Amino acid sequence: MKLHIKNGRLVDPKNGVDRPVDLFIAEGRVAGFGAPPKGFSAERVIDASGLVVAPGLVDLAARLREPGLEYKATLESEMLAAVAGGVTSLACPPDTDPPLDEPGLVEMLKRRAASLNLARVYPVGALTAKLEGERLTEMAELRDHGCVAFSQADVPLPDTQLLWRALQYAATFGFPVWLRPQDPHVAKGGVAHDGEVATRLGLPGIPAFAETIALGTILALVRVTGTRVHLCRLSAGDSVEMVRAAKREGLAVTCDIAAHHLHLSDMDLGYFDSHAHVVPPFRSQRDRDRLRAGLADGTIDAVCSDHTPVDEDAKQLPFGESEPGTTGLELLLPLTLKWSQESRLPLPQALARVTSDPARILGVDAGHLAVGAPADVCIFDPESYVKIASGTLRSQGKNTPFLGYELPGVVRYTLVAGEVRYEAGG
Amino acid sequence: MHNPQLNAKGELAHLLTLEGLPREIIVNILDTAASFVGVTERDVKKVPLLRGKSVFNLFFENSTRTRTTFEIAAKRLSADVINLNITTSSTQKGETLLDTVDNLSAMHADMFVVRHAQSGAPHMIARHVGPERHVINAGDGRHAHPTQGLLDAYTIRHYKHDFGGLSVAIVGDILHSRVARSLIHVLNILGTPDVRVIGPQTLMPAGVESLGVRVCHDMREGLAGVDVVVMLRLQSERMRGPLLPSAQEFFKYYGLTPDKLAAAKPDAIVMHPGPMNRGIEIDSAVADGPRSVILPQVTFGIAVRMAVMSILGGS
Amino acid sequence: MPLPDAEALCAELVKKLRPAVTPETAMVGIHTGGAWLAERLHRELGLTVPLGRLDISFYRDDYHKSGLHKSVKASQIPFEVDGRRILLVDDVLYTGRTVRAAMNELFDYGRPESISLVVLVDRGERQLPICAQYCGATHAVPKGAMLRLHRDDRGQLALRLDNA
Repeated sequence: MKLHIKNGRLVDPKNGVDRPVDLFIAEGRVAGFGAPPKGFSAERVIDASGLVVAPGLVDLAARLREPGLEYKATLESEMLAAVAGGVTSLACPPDTDPPLDEPGLVEMLKRRAASLNLARVYPVGALTAKLEGERLTEMAELRDHGCVAFSQADVPLPDTQLLWRALQYAATFGFPVWLRPQDPHVAKGGVAHDGEVATRLGLPGIPAFAETIALGTILALVRVTGTRVHLCRLSAGDSVEMVRAAKREGLAVTCDIAAHHLHLSDMDLGYFDSHAHVVPPFRSQRDRDRLRAGLADGTIDAVCSDHTPVDEDAKQLPFGESEPGTTGLELLLPLTLKWSQESRLPLPQALARVTSDPARILGVDAGHLAVGAPADVCIFDPESYVKIASGTLRSQGKNTPFLGYELPGVVRYTLVAGEVRYEAGG
Repeated sequence: MHNPQLNAKGELAHLLTLEGLPREIIVNILDTAASFVGVTERDVKKVPLLRGKSVFNLFFENSTRTRTTFEIAAKRLSADVINLNITTSSTQKGETLLDTVDNLSAMHADMFVVRHAQSGAPHMIARHVGPERHVINAGDGRHAHPTQGLLDAYTIRHYKHDFGGLSVAIVGDILHSRVARSLIHVLNILGTPDVRVIGPQTLMPAGVESLGVRVCHDMREGLAGVDVVVMLRLQSERMRGPLLPSAQEFFKYYGLTPDKLAAAKPDAIVMHPGPMNRGIEIDSAVADGPRSVILPQVTFGIAVRMAVMSILGGS
Repeated sequence: MPLPDAEALCAELVKKLRPAVTPETAMVGIHTGGAWLAERLHRELGLTVPLGRLDISFYRDDYHKSGLHKSVKASQIPFEVDGRRILLVDDVLYTGRTVRAAMNELFDYGRPESISLVVLVDRGERQLPICAQYCGATHAVPKGAMLRLHRDDRGQLALRLDNA
C-alpha cells in the first residue's frame, strides 16, 4: 500500500532525526520524506498532527507462551498486544514448553507468527538441551532455522564448566549468547530482594550479589572466549558499575533492563502484592536510581518489556507461591516515556533505547526509518495518557503492578512492512 | 497505603500483623486481656460475647499447641469452633486457598484463624473476605505472629509495668522467626528504648537494624543489664547445615544457662514462646528456675486471644 | 425539676438497708457509678464480707451493634457466691438491661440464694420486668439525656444530667 503520513513529528534516533516532516511509504519500505517521491500517489493518508512518528519498537524479550503454555496466552492475543503497544519486532525467549531447542519447534513458531502477519518474531534458541544445563544444543542448526541468539532464559546454569564451554562453542560461530546473571545457589528459595523490605515482610531474599557474582563469572569468561554476550534484565546498581568497567575495558558486552525495573522498587511489594512478584526481583530504591542513570548514559543499552503473561489463578496465591512475571508489551512505550520525562531526557535519546539500540543487539535491520528501511512505524501521542486496566489490555496477561496507573503515550497506529496492523479505536 | 487491618471507622477488622498498628489499639487489647485473665480464674470461664458465632481454625501448618489455645479462647467466648487441618483436606485435591475460604464463608464462618507456611497468606485471605468476616493471623511464614507478640507484651507489662525504661533481648534464629518480628514491632510501638537481637550472623536477616534493634553477636555482651530475655526456638532443620554446624556449638555460645543469665539484671525475666528445646536454646535450670515466666505466658495467651477475638467480633 | 441530692439519697438508702443486713450479707456494685455507690454503702453499713465489683461489658446485649466497650475493667467477686444473699447496687435504674447483664454474670460465678437490687435513682422507662427492692428516689429524665452519678476528688457524690 502507498501510504502518506503527514503533519507528524518524525523522530528517528539512529539517523539523528527529530523534526516535523511527512513520511512516504511504498512496497513495505520507507520511500521518502518531505515531498512525495516521483510518481507517488497515496492510497491512504494518515494525519499525524500532534503525534510522534517513530520507528516501530524493538522488544528484546516477549514471551508469547506458544508452544505449550496456551492456557496463559496465545500467539494471536500476544501479537495483537505487541502491535497495540507499538512493538513491530520482538525476540522471544526459549522457555516455551518444550523449550526451543529443536529446529522443528523454531520453524513452527516462525511459521505461526508469520502467518498472523503482525509483528516480526525473532526466536532466541536454547543454549542447552531442554534448558537443563547438561548438553549443548545444535546451535549452528538452530541458527540456520532462524534463531538470532542463544540463551538459558531464567534457568541458571548449574555448572561454570558448562557455561565456559557453551561460550566457547558459540564464539566459534560468532553466535551471540544472551545470559541473565544469577547464581543459582545463593538465590535458591528467594522470592524478593534481600533487604529491609524482605526482612519486614518475612520473605526469603535474593541478595544483589547473586547477580553480581554471576556477572563477574560471565565477564571473566568473556575475556577469555571473546563471545558476544548480551546481559539480560539487570536489577542491581552494582551490576551497572561492572558493565561500565567492562565496556571501558573494551569487552563486547551489551545489556538490557526490563521497563518495570525503571520505576519500581521493593517498596512496591506493599502488602504482599503478587503482581510485584517478578524475576529478577525489584530491588532497593538506590538500585533503581542507578539503573535509571545507567540507561540514561548508555551503559545499559536497551529497555525491554520482559513480557510474561501469567494467568490470574497463578497470581492469586500467597506471594511466595505465586508465579513471577508481569505483562509488558503494552507498557513498554509508556514506561519508557515516563522515565524519559522524569529524567528530562530528549525524546530521541529515550526512544533509541527501544528502537535502534535493541535492533543493533538483535542484529536486524529495524528500529530506524532511513529511505529503503522496512516501514515498521509506531505513531503515538506523547501528550495523552493511557490508564492501565485489565479491561483494556489486549494481552491475555492482565498481571501488572501498574494496574490503575496513568502513563504517558497512547499508540494511534502501528505499521509493519508498510501495512497498518493496529489502529486505535479500530 | 490504607492499612488492610482497619475498617473505614479505624477499628480493627483483622489482626494480621502488629506492624503499623496505632498504640491505642494495642493498649486496648492488653487492657481487655487483663479483664479476661479474671474470667479464666473463676469457675465459669465463659462469657457469652461470641455466642452464635463460628470461628474456623484454618491451619495449613501443623500446630496443636497454638490451635488448641485459639480453640479454648473461642469456646470461652461461647463461640462454635470448627478445626480444619488443611493438609489432609480439599487443597490436596487441588482446591485453591481462596476457593477453600469462599466455601467456608458460605458456611457462615464469622472468624478465620489462619496459620500458613507462606508469608502474606492471611493478608490475601483478609483482602478476599472483606471487613465483615474477621481474619486472625496465627502465624504466617517468617512474617508475623501477632497474638504471640501481644501475649509477650502482656507478660512483660505484667512483670515490668512500664516499657519506657526497659531493655529487652531476643536470642536465637531471628532470620526465620515471626515471633521475633512481631515482638520487635510491638516493643517499638510501646516505646521500648533498647531492643537487642542476639545470634550468629547466619541467623540475622538483612538490614535487621532497620526494624529498630541493636545487633549483638556476643551473648554475654548482648544480655548485659537487660530486664527481659526472650529465647527463640531453634528448629531442628536449622541445627546442622549451612546456617549452623551443630546444636552443641549453638548451645555453648547462644544457649541460655544460669551463667549467661547472670549478665542480665538480677530481676530479669526469662520468656520463651514454646515449645522449648531443653539443652539447645535453654538450659533446664533456667527454664524451671525462678526467673522463668514461660508458664504464665501460656495463661496470658488465652486471655490475649480472647481479647483479640472479642474486639474483632464487635467491630 | 431539680435533680435529687445524691448525698441525701445515699443517707436514705443506708437507713433503709440497715435493718436488712447481716454478717453474711454480700454487696456487689456495677461499674462505674454503681461501684462508687456500693463503696460508700459498704463502708457506712459496716459490711464485713469484702465488696464485689462487676464490669458487665462481656454480658451486654448490644455487643453486636456497638462492639466491645472501650476501657473494660476487671470484675472482682472476692467471696463465694453459692448460697449467698447479695445486694446488687447500681446508680441509675433505667431500661433494666444493665441489671439483667449483671445478674447473668453473677450466676456465672455461682448460685446465690437471693439478689436484691439497690439503686439511687429509678428513672423509669423499663424495657424488662425488673424492679428495685431499695430505691432512693424516682426521677423522670428528658429524652436524649443521660442521668449519671459523679464522684469528686473528695469522694462527694452528685447526680448530673449529661447529653447522651
